[in-house]
Amino acid sequence: MNPPVATPFFFYLLAATMIIGGILVITRKNAIHSAMALITTLLAQAGLYLMLYSPFVAGVQIILYAGGIMVLFLFVIMLINLERTMKERQFNKQWLVGIAAAATLGGLFIAVYTTTTKGKELFPEGRMSYGETQNTQIIAGLLFDRHAGQYMFAFEIASLLLLVAIIGAVVMAKKKI
Amino acid sequence: MEAMLHITTLHYLVLGAALFLLGVIGVLTRRNVVIVLMSIELILNAVNLNLVAFSRYWQGMHGPGALHGQVFAIFVITDAAAEAAVGLGILIAFFRNKETVNVDEVNLLKW
Repeated sequence: MNPPVATPFFFYLLAATMIIGGILVITRKNAIHSAMALITTLLAQAGLYLMLYSPFVAGVQIILYAGGIMVLFLFVIMLINLERTMKERQFNKQWLVGIAAAATLGGLFIAVYTTTTKGKELFPEGRMSYGETQNTQIIAGLLFDRHAGQYMFAFEIASLLLLVAIIGAVVMAKKKI
Repeated sequence: MEAMLHITTLHYLVLGAALFLLGVIGVLTRRNVVIVLMSIELILNAVNLNLVAFSRYWQGMHGPGALHGQVFAIFVITDAAAEAAVGLGILIAFFRNKETVNVDEVNLLKW
């Protein structure tokens, strides 16, 4: 198998794209601009999934997230008139408290990720070189296989959840039931 | 420099934490419901990135068949789809009744 090429460069490129996209999502006035920034973030994340040797999740990310959920968001943004909201205050009154809470959470993350136990880091790097050719088959096996499939019941529950979500969305969005 | 040039699981975790924080800031500070929902999507994606990074790490320890993290990521994406559908349905019903999309104007249950 060929060794990966220029991994740090692509990681930092995609990471920077994601961070900038995320900042744009939470700062833009126009919700459509936010949605576009979020789509960029999601696509960059699909690239990171590819770098983590998980092409199936990357495909699901592009098709379902960038292609499905974000289109739903854009539909709703264009369905409701947001002209007036763009002229209003964009942040609520508790924004200072909110940022303080987020900063506390960030401090917690830093504390966790810099913790070392017995001189070792919490998340050491496992060196591995498995290809992605079997990826989709293995996931399908975990989901559907009669003997090795551990997630078959969870899969059925997920389909039930989607059914409930469909009914819920129709009930919520309909004028009169 | 050595730590910068070799991409480890921790790099992905730090990126996931940064995205999670951006999502939290969005949820806590924005008024527009649509952008709050998008921030929730950011949070879910940060979690997904962590799951897939850990899946890769776990694969290194337990062989190529250990893809549990990726299966979990797919379940999280399913949940995100359900959440977006119901959330946007609620948003449409709310907009029809109150002609606004600002979260701080939803205060009927507040006293």
